[in-house]
Amino acid sequence: MRRFLAKRFAQAILQLLLVGTIVFFLVRLIPGDPARAVLGDAATDEQIAATRAAMHLEEPFFSQFVGFWTRLFQGDLGTSLISGRPVMQDLPSRIGNSLELVLIALAISLVIGIALGRIAATRADKPADHALVAGSIFGISLPVFVIGTLLLLVFAFFIPILPPRRFASPFEDPLAHLQILILPVATLTAASCAVVTRMTRASMLETLNADYVRTARAKGLVEKHVINRHALRTALLAVVSATTVELTTLIGSTVLVETIFGWPGMSSLLMNAVGQRDYPVIQAVVLAAATIVILVNLVGDLVARALDPRAEDN
Amino acid sequence: MATVLSGAPAIESADRRTFLRRMLSNRRTSVAGAFLLLIAIVTLFARLIAPYDYRDIVGKPLTSASVLGIDDFGRDVLSRLLVGLQVSLGVALSAVLVAAVIGVALGLVAGYVGRWASTIIMRGIDVLLSFPPIVLAIAVVAIMGPALVNVVLVIGVLYIPRFTRIVYTQVLAIRNLEYVEASKIMGARPAGILVGTILPNVAAPIIVQLSLSVSFAIQMEAGLSFLGLGAQPPLPSLGTMVGSGRDFLEVQPTLLLYPSVLIILVVLALNVFGDGIRDLLDPRRRGTN
Repeated sequence: MRRFLAKRFAQAILQLLLVGTIVFFLVRLIPGDPARAVLGDAATDEQIAATRAAMHLEEPFFSQFVGFWTRLFQGDLGTSLISGRPVMQDLPSRIGNSLELVLIALAISLVIGIALGRIAATRADKPADHALVAGSIFGISLPVFVIGTLLLLVFAFFIPILPPRRFASPFEDPLAHLQILILPVATLTAASCAVVTRMTRASMLETLNADYVRTARAKGLVEKHVINRHALRTALLAVVSATTVELTTLIGSTVLVETIFGWPGMSSLLMNAVGQRDYPVIQAVVLAAATIVILVNLVGDLVARALDPRAEDN
Repeated sequence: MATVLSGAPAIESADRRTFLRRMLSNRRTSVAGAFLLLIAIVTLFARLIAPYDYRDIVGKPLTSASVLGIDDFGRDVLSRLLVGLQVSLGVALSAVLVAAVIGVALGLVAGYVGRWASTIIMRGIDVLLSFPPIVLAIAVVAIMGPALVNVVLVIGVLYIPRFTRIVYTQVLAIRNLEYVEASKIMGARPAGILVGTILPNVAAPIIVQLSLSVSFAIQMEAGLSFLGLGAQPPLPSLGTMVGSGRDFLEVQPTLLLYPSVLIILVVLALNVFGDGIRDLLDPRRRGTN
C-alpha cells in the first residue's frame, strides 16, 4: 500500500508539473504579439509596452519560465490585465461556486443513478430495464447546453415558477440561493444521472453472474441481501472509478451551465476572460480546473484502492 | 502456406456477412444505422437540397413564411439547419479522424515497443486527460482564434487519449500471442507487424470508439459554437443556431427547438449505433443491453 501511495502521489505531482508547463506555453500559442492581441490595433506603443511588462514578455524566455513557476509556488496566479486585480482575489470564491453546483449534482446523480441502475440490473431484459436503458441512453445523448436552454425555456417562460439568472449569495439569502440552484443543478444532474445508471447496471450485471453471488444464493441468503451486500457492493467499485471521470465531465459542463444560467463560477470567469482576451485569467482558470481534476483522480484512485479487497494482493 | 493465406480472406468475408446479418437483426442498431445513413446523405448534399443559400435574406424576420420559418435576419431556417448540420458533422468527423490516426499510432507504438516509449506516451496521455476537455478547448480556441480549423485540431488532440488507451491495452494483450510471434519469425519488420498483423486485430474496439467519439465531438463542437467559439457568422452550425435561438425564446421558440432536436437525434443515433456495434463485437456483452 505504501508503495502504491508513493507511486500515485509522485504521478500526481509529475502531472501537475506538466500541466503547469502546458499552461505556461498556452499564451505562447497566440499568433503575433500577445500584448497587441489583448489591446487591439488601436493601442499606443506605450500601452503595448506596459501590457508586455505586465505579462512578463520583455524578460528572456528562460526567466519567464522560472518566474512563472516561482510565482505559482508563492500562490500568485497572475494579475488580470483588465481589472488589474490579482486572480487569486476572485478565483477561490468562483471555484467554490462551481464546485457547489458540481458536488450537489454529483450527489443527486449517485443516489438516483445507483438506485435506477440496481433496478435495471435486477430486472434485466424486463420492461423496467428496457425503459431505463432507453432513458439512460437518451440522457447521455442530451448535450448539456441543450438541456439547460430547454429547461430555461420551460421554467422561465412557459411555467414561470423559478426566477431565471439572478444570483443570490447563500449567506445573504439562502432561500433565493436554493431557488436559483435548482435549474443549473437539474441540468448537470440529467446527463450525469444517466451515466451513473448505465455504469451501475453494467457493473451489477457482471457481478450478478459471478461465482460468489451464486454461492451466496446457494447458501440460502435472502435475495435482497445477495443483491445489496454482495452484488451491489462490488459493483459500486466500478462506479467509484466512473465517478472520478464523471466529475471531470461535470467540471467541464459547468462552462455551459454557468453561461446559460449566469452562475458566477470559475467557468463564467473563464468566459469573461475569453471575451476580454484576459490571458492571465484564462491561464489561471485552466490551471485550477486541471489541478482539481488531478486531485479528484488521485482521491478517486485512493478510495477505489481502499475499497477493493483484491487490491492488496495485486 | 498458400492454402492458409488464400483461406484467410474467405473466413473474414464470411465473418463480415454474419456480423452484418446480426447487426440488421438488431432493430435498435439497424434503425439507428439507417437514420445515420440518411443523415450522411443529407449532409453530403446539404447545399443542393437547401431551398436557399444560407446567407440569403428570403423573407420577413421571425415569421413562419418558409417550411421551418425565417430567422431573426430574414434567412431560411431549413437551409441554415442543413448547412449547420454539414458544418457540425464535418468538424466532428474531421476531429475524430485526427484523433483516431494519431491516437491509434501512439497506442500501437506504446503497446508494442513498451518500456520508455510506453512511459512517455502514456504519461503524456495522462496529462492530456488532466484537463476538462471543454475548458482546454475554450482556452486554446480563444488564444489561437475561433476558426473551424482550430476547433478541429483542438477537439482532435483532446480525443487522442480515447484511442491511445484502448489500442494500448489491446496491443499489450495480443503482442505476445503466437500469430504475432510467427510474423516476427517470418522476418516481418516492426512497422509491418504493427500495421499488418496487430492493427486488424484491434480494429473492433477502434470502430466502436469512432462511433462514440463522433457523438462526443458533435456535442463538443456544438458547445464551442454555442459559446461563440466555433463557426463564425454568417456560417451556421447546430451549436451557433441553438445559441442565437436563445435570444428569441419568447418570440419564436422553434429557432431554438429545431437545432436542439437535430443535435439530440444525431447524437442519440450515434450512441445507439455505437452501443449496438460494441455489443455485437464483444461476445460477453451480447444480450446485456
